[in-house]
Amino acid sequence: MDGPDPILGPGQTLSSVTEKISSIVLGRGNTTPGWIFGAFISFCLLMLLNTVITLLAIKGVGIWGINIPVAWGFAITNFVWWIGIGHAGTLISAFLLLLHQKWRTSINRFAEAMTIFAVMCAGMFPLLHMGRPWLFYYLMPYPNPMWLWPQFRSPLVWDVFAVSTYFTVSLLFWFVGLIPDLATLRDRATGKIKKIIYGIFSMGWRGSATHWARYEFASILLAGLATPLVVSVHTVVSFDFTIAIVPGWHSTIFPPYFVAGAIYSGFAMVLTLAIPLRKYYHLQNMVTDRHIDIMAKVMLATGIIVAYSYVMEMFMAFYSANPFERAQFVERMTGQYAVVFWTLITFNLVIPQLLWWQKVRRHQMTVFLISLIVNIGMWLERFVIIVVSLHHEYEPSKWYMFFPTRWDWATFAGTIGMFFLLFYLFIRFLPMISIVEMRTLVHETSETGSHAGLYPVPPEA
Amino acid sequence: MSRRNLYGLMAEFDSPEEVLEAATRTREAGYRRVDAFTPIPVEGLADAIGFHWTALPVITFIGGFLGGCLGFFMCWYANVISFPLDIGGKPLNSWPAWIPITFELTILGGAIATVVGMLALNGLPNPYHPVFNVDRFELSTTDKFFLCIKSRDKNFDLGRTKTFLEELKPHGVFEVED
Repeated sequence: MDGPDPILGPGQTLSSVTEKISSIVLGRGNTTPGWIFGAFISFCLLMLLNTVITLLAIKGVGIWGINIPVAWGFAITNFVWWIGIGHAGTLISAFLLLLHQKWRTSINRFAEAMTIFAVMCAGMFPLLHMGRPWLFYYLMPYPNPMWLWPQFRSPLVWDVFAVSTYFTVSLLFWFVGLIPDLATLRDRATGKIKKIIYGIFSMGWRGSATHWARYEFASILLAGLATPLVVSVHTVVSFDFTIAIVPGWHSTIFPPYFVAGAIYSGFAMVLTLAIPLRKYYHLQNMVTDRHIDIMAKVMLATGIIVAYSYVMEMFMAFYSANPFERAQFVERMTGQYAVVFWTLITFNLVIPQLLWWQKVRRHQMTVFLISLIVNIGMWLERFVIIVVSLHHEYEPSKWYMFFPTRWDWATFAGTIGMFFLLFYLFIRFLPMISIVEMRTLVHETSETGSHAGLYPVPPEA
Repeated sequence: MSRRNLYGLMAEFDSPEEVLEAATRTREAGYRRVDAFTPIPVEGLADAIGFHWTALPVITFIGGFLGGCLGFFMCWYANVISFPLDIGGKPLNSWPAWIPITFELTILGGAIATVVGMLALNGLPNPYHPVFNVDRFELSTTDKFFLCIKSRDKNFDLGRTKTFLEELKPHGVFEVED
């Protein structure tokens, strides 16, 4: 089954991959109508987000549909969803680097960009949800006249440290990867301003052999640090729930279940971005059908872990003989939000099973649609965990429905706009595929004479 | 011949194998102040020009260790010394609750130390360098491989070194002005 499809199209040379990728950034006339249209729509959504934030600053979080008991509502659902999406980028750039998976080469740059932008969107929500985002620094331990500290025993404070560390490390890792590529752009740019700007950011990189040696060592060290980090981040996010005693949250399966879910939704988002990108920018030689196939397989595998978690969660609810836990799960399946629950099961568990068939994995449009469905399914999963659990706590007097207002939707749509606008700017101004790693891959495959792309490429004899 | 203004001599090659071979022979010929510039990392090239050890992992370890200590100390200090709260007689130093923050700050410290350390050891950012004076050096970020013998080398002599470099069958030999 594996074999015929390469991870690199035929006939590539060092200069052809350099030319191909850098021309997307440097070439004239690349601000196409399609790019302008997409960026404009995203920009409008970003302005919608600005409007929401302004209104939120004036009126407070009451513009959202949140209430007591459902105080977390859309904001935290979106937070968990966005941060989960980020995880695939780090997994591809760090974990697969350590495992010498060569196929990651052409997708890791934009997957990492996706991580950074998704974490930025995620970070918006807890800040806005505080109601007074300008007091964000209350979250940090800083010397203050009230003599107060953050509550270091609280998972919500752990989250602050986890997410800000995650963002910083992802950004550093991404930047380090970009330095030699920025040098390439500096040397190939024709305009003076472009040369200066890329020159500043490439920091005078000159590809010296000693520099490369330290650089490669640094990449490996960063990958080694980022891999446990990515697991810890969603684990800490899951602590936000599992350390509370709300029925439906208080469960030891949450950390691994959340990490698997994060990778699941992350790979879905990578596919959602990769399939149009390779088509629109004619990158089928670099992001090949093989890549889509492998990513679909990863999605299927993590989807099965997620399915297992659902089943175990359900089983434990009944096996534990805890009436509140049991009532929570009966409510999920048959209660007021049952439609959401069953849609989630269909989207996350049933439809992705189509990926068992190779024919499906090779059909770009179908994979694209499935990736969208998984994205929606994972959002619904977080909605079920957060809203449905909160709306049906211990006492019937505390049972209350949550209905999103138009501002809930506007905030969510606004962050989607922010994400895509950042992504549009990224593909226009930075190389969306790592030029250096592609050159290395071209050299290695020509050396071993195997364009068949059996991965990992066998070590040089 | 203005040796004061000469940074070194640079030879251009077409492939990583050629530059690696040339670097090895340059080293064997007794040159010590040698550098190579390549568009991709070439395995063994750093070794060939006499670069064997980097302090980077030590820097990473120190950064991570300090970050972790800071994380744990901060939580411990806040809850035990600065603002102790007796909650039902529970221990003040509830160390398992400090672990997530300790862990995150270990990673943060390690990562920042790695990146800053890598840039500092490489002497970056460095806006000016003599090698950029060679016109064809622009291709070092596309598909050409360069080897440079610096004029500071004891064995450097413009004529003889040039002849030596030409024996290595390069694409061309250039003088690098300082």
